[in-house]
Amino acid sequence: MIPNSDLEELYQQVLLDHSRRPRNFGELSEADATEAGEKVVKVQGDNPSCGDEIVVSVKLADTGLKLADIKFTGQGCAISQASASLMTIKTKGRSRAEVEELIAAFHDLITKQTENPPDILGDLQLLQGVWRFPQRVKCATLAWRALEQALREGSASVVTTEVEG
Amino acid sequence: MTSDSVNWEAVRADFPILHQEVRGNPLIYFDSAASSQKPRQVIDALTRYYEHDNANVHRGLHELSSRATDAFEAARNKVAKFLNAASADEIIFTRGTTEGINLVAQAYGTRYVKEGDAILLTEMEHHSNLVPWQLLAERTGASLRFVPVLEDGTLDLSKLPELLTPEVKIFSFTHISNSLGTVNPVADLCRAARAVGAISVVDAAQSAGHLPVDVQALGCDFLALSGHKMCAPTGIGALYGRAEVLEKTPPYHGGGEMIVSVSLHKSTYKEAPHRFEAGTPNIAGAVGLGAAVDYLESIGRQNIAAHDGELVRYAQQRMEADVPGIRIIGPRDRSGLVGFVMESAHPHDLTTYADRYGLALRGGHHCNQPLMKKFKLPGTSRASFYFYNTKEEIDRMITILQEAARFFS
Repeated sequence: MIPNSDLEELYQQVLLDHSRRPRNFGELSEADATEAGEKVVKVQGDNPSCGDEIVVSVKLADTGLKLADIKFTGQGCAISQASASLMTIKTKGRSRAEVEELIAAFHDLITKQTENPPDILGDLQLLQGVWRFPQRVKCATLAWRALEQALREGSASVVTTEVEG
Repeated sequence: MTSDSVNWEAVRADFPILHQEVRGNPLIYFDSAASSQKPRQVIDALTRYYEHDNANVHRGLHELSSRATDAFEAARNKVAKFLNAASADEIIFTRGTTEGINLVAQAYGTRYVKEGDAILLTEMEHHSNLVPWQLLAERTGASLRFVPVLEDGTLDLSKLPELLTPEVKIFSFTHISNSLGTVNPVADLCRAARAVGAISVVDAAQSAGHLPVDVQALGCDFLALSGHKMCAPTGIGALYGRAEVLEKTPPYHGGGEMIVSVSLHKSTYKEAPHRFEAGTPNIAGAVGLGAAVDYLESIGRQNIAAHDGELVRYAQQRMEADVPGIRIIGPRDRSGLVGFVMESAHPHDLTTYADRYGLALRGGHHCNQPLMKKFKLPGTSRASFYFYNTKEEIDRMITILQEAARFFS
């Protein structure tokens, strides 16, 4: 069979490695908020069409202005797991404003063809190949939607809208 | 049983959609359990209907309305014969299996199921044969019971005596599991239901187009099917209801077509099946379903079942022998579909991979979330076959799966 360049771009070895050995895998608990102005928020994201589940827990510091720590657990396809793993690496320790900038830049990266992705994305550019697979965008964004919700300090679960028959 | 008497190559040629390339590869359509493809004969019947006979049914006094009515009722007769119903009055046109089951749950269930009663289902039901009963249970205060599924993907019938007690008013189950391929002993289950005074409801979505289905031999009270899984258009299906049970079932939807007379405060309703068909029906869809029935009968469902069986046995044998890290889910003895998991790849990644090589598989939970939980699976990949598929296509699938196993490991 002829190698398929779209698949090669989507499933790069580094990405498969993140899906098999996800970084920052685990959960934070209330006890992790030790300083004044810190708060732990957990959000569950579900993808009802495929059954992917992810729990993102974040420790917000400086009364919500900084993302001091982040972990995730869950199970799902290579794209959703790798995306969550890379997300934790790129967002940990950043200010809320930087995280919000990342969220927006990442969304653009995987939904449209991007000539010069902003530097802030770094390793997240590994997921650029997703834009050629519109049906997989919801896999790549699952953890990110949970993170967005956590930043809003909500606790309800995030449910992506597509429903499979 | 062999299917040698059919020219399968000529049959395959009846399906225009199959003769195309997807992303530079010949299309391999192994997703017929989700929706089947349509032969030219069915497409032509739709065109003919719209170009020559289209009008509303049962009300016009003009030529086209008579033709449309005749075509609509002729389709009902065909479906009745196809299922060996005692009368065409036992066939209600629906949008599909889901609507058929909802009709039974809402119209029959609301009238005859009370608080303290039970509804018996199985653990292998599609969401469409689960959620309508959850809604009914919520409305009436009845409870739900489930026949467990064994490790091998068959029903644990040893539990039936303790589950199927006189509190059970409805026993609803699938003929063929859409994710496991299990073929359930429908006649035995219907007999057991009747013995305790419960009615039986059969989900025939995966069986009606694949093997002979005789409602009188099965002894069921209701049986629901979807046209689009048996070569007919989407949006049309049929519900069989045994005359005696239909007679005492109140209307489902209210509207035109289903009434005898209407005053401002009270209406009287037609007999079955028209009592259950409010509003202008899917006339063209019914005509298409009639054409699909004719088409399937011209091949013969025994032959279709034999051909499906040959394909699925071949696929199973090749997958187990030639693809590393594959586990097949469900019983050895199965209908024409095979669900499996690959050690190195999540079902969605595998489906995406296959799609790039023109192979259409289904990946996910198959609207069977409780069953997937029970088997501790995030989902499965499913290859489902129909009579227009070939062993050569299975060989190509094996090559793609082998490459995928290498790619993801």
